[in-house]
Amino acid sequence: MEATTAVETMVRTSYGRLVAYLAARSRDVAGAEDALSEALRAALATWPRDGVPEKPEAWLLAAARRKLIDAARHRQVRVNAEPTIQAIIEEAATMANETKEFPDERLKLLFICAHPAIDAAARTPLMLHTVLGLDAARIASAFLVAPSAMGQRLVRAKAKIRDAGIAFAVPEATELPERLEAVLAAIYAAYGTGWEDAAGVDPQQRGLAEEALRLARVTAQLLSAAPEAKGLLALILFCESRRAARRGVDGRFVPLAEQDLEKWSWPMVAEAEQVLLVASRARTPGRFQLEAAIQSAHAQRLFTGRTNWAAVAQLYGALVRRTPTVGARVSHAAAVMQAGDAEAALRMLDELSAADAVAEYQAYWATRAHVLAQAGRAGEAKAAYRRAIGLTTDAAVRAFLQERAKALEYA
Amino acid sequence: MLLFCETESEKAKANDPVLAGPYWGAWGAYVESVEKAGIIVSGAPLQPPHTATTVRIRDGQRHVQDGPYADTKEQFGGFYVINVPDLDTALQWAARCPAASAGAVEVRPVLVLPPRN
Repeated sequence: MEATTAVETMVRTSYGRLVAYLAARSRDVAGAEDALSEALRAALATWPRDGVPEKPEAWLLAAARRKLIDAARHRQVRVNAEPTIQAIIEEAATMANETKEFPDERLKLLFICAHPAIDAAARTPLMLHTVLGLDAARIASAFLVAPSAMGQRLVRAKAKIRDAGIAFAVPEATELPERLEAVLAAIYAAYGTGWEDAAGVDPQQRGLAEEALRLARVTAQLLSAAPEAKGLLALILFCESRRAARRGVDGRFVPLAEQDLEKWSWPMVAEAEQVLLVASRARTPGRFQLEAAIQSAHAQRLFTGRTNWAAVAQLYGALVRRTPTVGARVSHAAAVMQAGDAEAALRMLDELSAADAVAEYQAYWATRAHVLAQAGRAGEAKAAYRRAIGLTTDAAVRAFLQERAKALEYA
Repeated sequence: MLLFCETESEKAKANDPVLAGPYWGAWGAYVESVEKAGIIVSGAPLQPPHTATTVRIRDGQRHVQDGPYADTKEQFGGFYVINVPDLDTALQWAARCPAASAGAVEVRPVLVLPPRN
């Protein structure tokens, strides 16, 4: 029993490190995973009988070798794989006898998963799968696709890594900012899954918020010199701190401005502030630090009881100048409206509708509706609400918008 | 393998009295740097697509057709087989090629066959 628990603990805490270690040497993620699962099976068979070894990770690495050799023999792409595998075996044997820690190669694995040569739709799932050890079915449910389709996507991505010979290396300084952005964006995408299911009522569709937070923590720790990695961690912590407040007792959607501060997680806010503070010392603001700073401005309400919308709007302005995405521009307009200038907000939204594809962007129409209502243009506001409602997939948010639209009737 | 694909208008610069200088200058510099790096296994530039002839055997019949195998905007114009440690290095060499700016460079690993006994 104890040995079985030891194997489970191993999977939870060391899976990513073990896969990364093996894959960084064999350059074959799928092969590393197969070898490791073989080793875990061997552990389940022998640990209950012989006891848990003193260095379980080194034991698993040594046990993974036979499978790795088999895999290498079947591979035609890299003819020089055998000496590499031999080196791993020797290294693993040495580690089993020594006290040194085996090197942490997870950072390389993160960069591989978000490599530009990997299909963009596969990057986040691949990270969750290889670094955290999540299975395809769990990832599939979070991304709302069939498990078989997700399995296929992962298999294809791993084959590409092996057969195209993508480097297991941390990118050079010239490429690092762009490659890092891809890693962070993939983690943020994991956090975005299931965002709408704020209450986590449906376990089948619950998102990967916890897992994304774990990935962000690992990344910030591994890339201690990258302020943006800390920025992302702070951003996710701020968003997570308000999870319990995003829905009312009846599952009703509660907008940020009306949230019950008692339901915010103060320890998470405090940690987020601390992480963001450390990041800001480098004086290299990037997209994620700015987004975290916006959330920090919202969090000030905990101490002052009010939101400084002018400050929020200013931060969104800085974000838009850096990354002028449609999402950031819509949020900028919303903040300008909250700061009291509905006319300016409307002008910003008009600019967007002229140039960008916002026809089916829910946040655009919901914001436009609020802004028009604030500007006293009830008729147009009602039309915008109808459009936003039609684009909303979340029932609670839909109910919230319907209420707002109804309120216009009596205004 | 780096597969260089160019548009017709780009390829035409090779014989244009005004544009030939810059065209060949860029290619010359690229070829020289690849040679200096000592990574070339093989490679060749090709004659323009209109010199191509395509053969297909269908139902035992040999069909010979004038022109390249696929009628695409960008046409295969030459290749290098290079020996580099990983995809990332190959992508860097691909990005430096003039064809990457004016057309496309496909990068694909060579399939190494097991030795025959």
